[in-house]
Amino acid sequence: MAEEKEGGLVFHPLDQFIVKPLFGDGPVQFYTVTNLTLWMAIALLAIVGVFVLGSRGRAVIPTRMQSIGELIYGFIYKMVEDVTGKDGVKYFPYIMTLFLFILFSNYLALIPMSYSPTSMIAVTAVLGFGVFMCVTALGFILNGPKFLGLFWMSDAPAILRPIIAVIEVISYFVRPVSHSIRLAGNIMAGHAVLKVFAGFAALTLVSPVAIFGIIAIYGLEVLVCGIQAYVFTILTCVYLKDALHPAH
Amino acid sequence: MAIEGELAHIGAGLAAIGSGAAAIGVGTVAGNYLAGALRNPSAAAGQTATLFIGLAFAEALGIFAFLVSLLLMFAVGG
Repeated sequence: MAEEKEGGLVFHPLDQFIVKPLFGDGPVQFYTVTNLTLWMAIALLAIVGVFVLGSRGRAVIPTRMQSIGELIYGFIYKMVEDVTGKDGVKYFPYIMTLFLFILFSNYLALIPMSYSPTSMIAVTAVLGFGVFMCVTALGFILNGPKFLGLFWMSDAPAILRPIIAVIEVISYFVRPVSHSIRLAGNIMAGHAVLKVFAGFAALTLVSPVAIFGIIAIYGLEVLVCGIQAYVFTILTCVYLKDALHPAH
Repeated sequence: MAIEGELAHIGAGLAAIGSGAAAIGVGTVAGNYLAGALRNPSAAAGQTATLFIGLAFAEALGIFAFLVSLLLMFAVGG
């Protein structure tokens, strides 16, 4: 143990993010059942469990499951309405789907030995670029060429307008990148930090501190998981608002 | 790879400074929100969404620094 420590940690803190086939050791094809797909499926089943089975009774006095569902539904509905306005409510199902998937895969990943789908940049990039493409297409369909007014600040001084337009275009195209990397990076960073502390817990001298550290970071992660799902959703709403009302 | 292992590790450490810079940004956002919220508590509730967006933007750059650090550590430096 002692001589292993000189070369760094005993185990790799990023080993937990390797996508492995669930059965056998074959190469990972697009149809292979991996730990990633397993945990995505568990997240979907949990969502179905809470929202379809849990609120099937439609009781006037809600059961526990039903009140969780109502709480989340009401929260997201109010957020969409506040940020995008009345005409954005049409797109509420999409935003709700994004939020639920991210929230549930974030929280299920906090179970020890589980795999977090949202720590893969591939997964979050699909979500982020999906939002980007939907919003851009929607902006052009609803507003036509007027959507380009988003980049042309009509209340800025005339000399500055082209420069601002260039900056705006760049920042528009960086959006999906930062949108997806923010989520994946936060989740991955949190899990890697937990793993690093777990590595220190193997040393007898610092193990009490390391275990306390794990508890503290875990508590922080519970917060971060919720906040990141919220942030992803509210940024989707902000981008949607830009598409619906480009000229401000 | 052009960057040798040892140098890549030093670079990873330097890139991790970016996380600290992002921490300053997050602290500024949250601190200013709190200062504003204590002056006018009735307006605070409406601004929580803005607070979280600001926090997310500040934090994302720290995450980028962390990613560069990880890449140097494990992808380039090996």
